[in-house]
Amino acid sequence: MASDFNSVDQLGELADPQAFRGKIDLNSMDPELLREQLRSMLKIRRTEEIIGDGIECRQVVCPVHLGIGQEAIAVGVSAHLRTSDRVFGTHRSHSHYLALGGSLDSLLGEILGKDNGCSRGMGGSMHLYDRERGLLGTVPIVAGTIPLAVGAALAAKKDGRGDVAVAYFGDGAAEEGAFHESLNLAATWKLPVLFVCENNLFSSHMHISLRQPANRVARYAEANCIPADTIDGNDVVAVSRIAEEMVGRARAGEGPGFLEAVTYRWRGHVGYREDEDVGVNRGTALEQWKFRDPIRRLAEALVSAGALTANTYQELDDLVTTEVAEAWRRAEAADFPPASALHDRVYADGCR
Amino acid sequence: MSRLDYGSAIRAGFVHLLESHPEVFVIGQGLWAKWYVGNSMTDLDKIYGSERVMDSPVSELACTGAAVGASLCGYRPVIVHPRVDFMLYAMDAIVNQAAKWSHMVGGQAHPAVTIRGIINRGGQQGAQHSQALHAWFAHIPGLRVVMPATPEDARDLLISAVLCDDPVLYLDDRWLYEWQGDLPPVVERPLEQERPRVLSEGHDITLVGAGYSTKLCLDAAETLSEQGISGEVVDLRVLNPLDSNVIVDSVSKTGRLLAVDGGWRTCGLAGEIIARVAERLSPHSLKGTPTRLTLPDTPAPTSAPLEQAYYTTVADIVTTVKDLVNG
Repeated sequence: MASDFNSVDQLGELADPQAFRGKIDLNSMDPELLREQLRSMLKIRRTEEIIGDGIECRQVVCPVHLGIGQEAIAVGVSAHLRTSDRVFGTHRSHSHYLALGGSLDSLLGEILGKDNGCSRGMGGSMHLYDRERGLLGTVPIVAGTIPLAVGAALAAKKDGRGDVAVAYFGDGAAEEGAFHESLNLAATWKLPVLFVCENNLFSSHMHISLRQPANRVARYAEANCIPADTIDGNDVVAVSRIAEEMVGRARAGEGPGFLEAVTYRWRGHVGYREDEDVGVNRGTALEQWKFRDPIRRLAEALVSAGALTANTYQELDDLVTTEVAEAWRRAEAADFPPASALHDRVYADGCR
Repeated sequence: MSRLDYGSAIRAGFVHLLESHPEVFVIGQGLWAKWYVGNSMTDLDKIYGSERVMDSPVSELACTGAAVGASLCGYRPVIVHPRVDFMLYAMDAIVNQAAKWSHMVGGQAHPAVTIRGIINRGGQQGAQHSQALHAWFAHIPGLRVVMPATPEDARDLLISAVLCDDPVLYLDDRWLYEWQGDLPPVVERPLEQERPRVLSEGHDITLVGAGYSTKLCLDAAETLSEQGISGEVVDLRVLNPLDSNVIVDSVSKTGRLLAVDGGWRTCGLAGEIIARVAERLSPHSLKGTPTRLTLPDTPAPTSAPLEQAYYTTVADIVTTVKDLVNG
């Protein structure tokens, strides 16, 4: 990324699409569990693809931020969460929702503004909610939910049952004051919160080298005395391993952790297109990054370990694709919220 | 009955909440220091523990957001901002997050958070230590806004705010802290049933205020009654959602309206009050043009004579009312 700025490259190979292209290291993880994680990642991808098609044909109108290419992070982190934990997301949170086991029908219904949506059709793609599975909310204000996750961690600490909070955010959030205040607060009060930075190197159309003096966001965790790790975010096993360690520490009362997972989104900042971010040409890096596909790399590793074949992979993909297509048709047929919803959902007792 | 000043009445509200409701806790800057919060929180940390009365880092946004987050997890936090001016760093947590949360998630979750902002002005504190800004916040759907004027409301509206499932902005005023009142025993009342209230009856003109402006109106009504003019004082108490009925009923009776507000004129609370009346009552039914007294549209000054000119006084109200009533 040519620029007049002198941003320091602290990520090295982690941000280099030439690196980390081969199959991932399964690290003795249970193949059955990993097949399930593969299925989860495929489901997220096929879901986001069908949503992208819906945007292209203008069936989907609300702003949608697709995370295709980033599926491994939410799946790796969610593997270590329980329903009493408190997860907060961003504008790009379909993966966070689905990785926790959220209903596909409710996600697609939400995106189409339907009454059966996970936020009852009142939030759209950017406001997802699934209390039963621990997703307390997602919002598009950059860094907006990080303080909320810190407060949920404060509540968890008061509860004393070992629950944790998770704050997902992107690299752009590190440019917001809310991020820095939240790290300071969580570390000072030793709160059980896992900060998960999905560093996809871009905030909207702006590369991180144009926005920050260095590209490794975890440097701010170190400044706040928070244990941090920066890893390949397209390796579900690596994400899972670090998440397990950090969630475990938080549950044990040892305070916050900071997981920086370096990744890349295949679609533009908002919308369905691969070739542009908000009207700005994306250049050629995407073609290189596709060689770091988290799904293919996991599938290849499972094949190599004898836990998957080309045929069983295809069967799995076909099953997921059918499941998503059927859910989409059901969402299309679902009803919109009643007109009264506009007023009735403002206050807890209904609007006066 | 117990006789308490306004600051001690706020403290009594906290005592009730912390005693009876284990899900209540308080975060904010200066909670352990009288300099920041006057006598409204004295020794609460010593009695209820620094875990429940938490003095905080200088992070208005993160602390407010944390209170919102905890409120989504079964707690009823109160986040205290010792000056409204500093609270502006927390606008995202208040306006984007807390106020809209219920609507955005289809009514499935409600941030039961109370944001307490203290209006602290005068004393040559100037532009960034003097703001009220209640009109801004009352503009936001989903954010309930209360301004206690009396010692009784200082206690009881705090209790109602904290026990309400919605986000509530509670604005108290340091200029009221020494006002003494007789307080009956606490009765928990649902905030959604609280309305503007007539504090003093009269028949020549309706004076509408909120917070400290209500006190000015009451004092002015007393002076006016000595001069043969009978003013009815309506205390707004709950600014959002705003119930106009008490105001409209009063103006239909008196035929005259003076709205007094400690905020600015343009797009302010006083203008809203006049609009609410104008929407409901024909000009022909009124005996005079609805009028407002507000701060001038300037930042707060520091220099003494400028500051005297800046704030509305009882004498300003008395003069304006006499002009309106005597034509």
